[in-house]
Amino acid sequence: MDAAEPKILLACHDVSLGYEHKPLLEHLDFTVRTGDYVAVLGENGSGKSTLLKSLLGLTPPLSGYVERSAQKAGQLGYLPQQTPAQRDFPATVEEVVLSGFLNRKGFRFAYSGKERSAALMHMGKLGILELKDKCYRELSGGQQQRVLLARALCAAHELLILDEPVTGLDPAASQDLYKTLRYLHNKENLAILMVTHDVESALREAKTILHIGQKRWFYGTVEEYLRDESGKRFDAARRNGGARS
Amino acid sequence: MSLLLSMFAYPFIVRAFVVGALVSLCAALLGVPLVLKRYSMIGDGLSHVSFGALAVALACGFAPLWFSIPIVMLSAFFLLRIAESARVSADAAIAVLSASALAIGVIVTSLTTGMTTDVDSYMFGSILAMSRSDVALSVTLAAAVLVLFVAFYHQLFAVTFDESFSRATGVKVGTYKTLLSLLTALTVVLGMRMMGAMLISSLVIFPALSAMRVFKRFRSVVLCAGALAVACFCLGLVFSYLLSTPVGATVVLCDLAAFLVCAAVGRK
Repeated sequence: MDAAEPKILLACHDVSLGYEHKPLLEHLDFTVRTGDYVAVLGENGSGKSTLLKSLLGLTPPLSGYVERSAQKAGQLGYLPQQTPAQRDFPATVEEVVLSGFLNRKGFRFAYSGKERSAALMHMGKLGILELKDKCYRELSGGQQQRVLLARALCAAHELLILDEPVTGLDPAASQDLYKTLRYLHNKENLAILMVTHDVESALREAKTILHIGQKRWFYGTVEEYLRDESGKRFDAARRNGGARS
Repeated sequence: MSLLLSMFAYPFIVRAFVVGALVSLCAALLGVPLVLKRYSMIGDGLSHVSFGALAVALACGFAPLWFSIPIVMLSAFFLLRIAESARVSADAAIAVLSASALAIGVIVTSLTTGMTTDVDSYMFGSILAMSRSDVALSVTLAAAVLVLFVAFYHQLFAVTFDESFSRATGVKVGTYKTLLSLLTALTVVLGMRMMGAMLISSLVIFPALSAMRVFKRFRSVVLCAGALAVACFCLGLVFSYLLSTPVGATVVLCDLAAFLVCAAVGRK
């Protein structure tokens, strides 16, 4: 990193998360800055989706403060999990991608020429330009994820949050998606925060790991994580075919 | 041609034509996001609520439209909330609400006026339903629905396609969903006296379903649904005049025919 103090995009200050006053996770403290690539790991039910909702400002944390600077500046792109209704949606790729600009559209009737050409550029970068007039529901899972990524790029240039991006993709499409993310991270200088089940790829792709588990959490580099207790446990559990140690 | 001239010599048919075509258009446009969001049943629930409201208005001597519009809009708001919450299963809640509203309507009418032709026309629609003052109000409100739909077209698309993305990037999802349900409520109330409480939801659902069979672009689906709805209404009106059948049921059959044609075309 060249800048002395990269810009803060997202931060948790002493945050507790949970349902109806039953905390799943307490005193969470971490900061995501420009240049970061964070993977959020944790078992099912550890509070990953609750954390995600708080990071996106959809539900307030039980206590503490989530600093959502990138979102406030309109610089947050989000790749949600797909819903069944979406897989059957009559819309062209171009229509979906353009809808990413909506957060800065104000009260106008149509998208501007500048927005249209930016959308084409993002589609080109993700290799889906020739699918422009195709129907979203006719694409493969991997292509659909690229379309949603292009839409996220229209919404933001600083921080990208992904929710289980490779769920439902075959191995080749998953590796393709990771390659695309690497490109966006390195070449487009996009900070990435990705919630995932795919530990192996997370350890390979990300620079930083946020592991959340029963009542404890870890935030640090991949090397630190592998030396840390939770990392060792998680790694061992994975090697034993998912059995808990 | 002479058929059309003789039809439009009746002022009540002209009124029915104007209001019906506008309401069909509104219903079809709103129908596309409603069907895609799996909210089709909300339209059905609202039509039963508006039957109950109309029956009460009739019994108490209130102006029917002025009384039922606020009630149905309020129910639309609550139905949306129910559909949102994970605790109650939405389809069951809607079924309960629509059955209760229907029951209230039936009890109120049987205690007061009895099952008259008025009540029958609320159930299955009547071409005579529109008075001159109703037409003015209906045209104004339908125009408002159209203007709002066009003005917020892009937002409605985004919210329909992906609520969580829209919410995360700062689009006011709740506002647009409320807008959608209120516009639907208005359309249902305006249309139900001609189409009937039992049949109005087909105006919302059929054109959207048919257009989706054929088109792949969201904008084309919306435009096609609107055009189909108006065409089917006009055809239905002509057939109902020729065969002396109830206008609501005839329009629904035209919509069904259009759907079958679209399904056949889309299958290729």
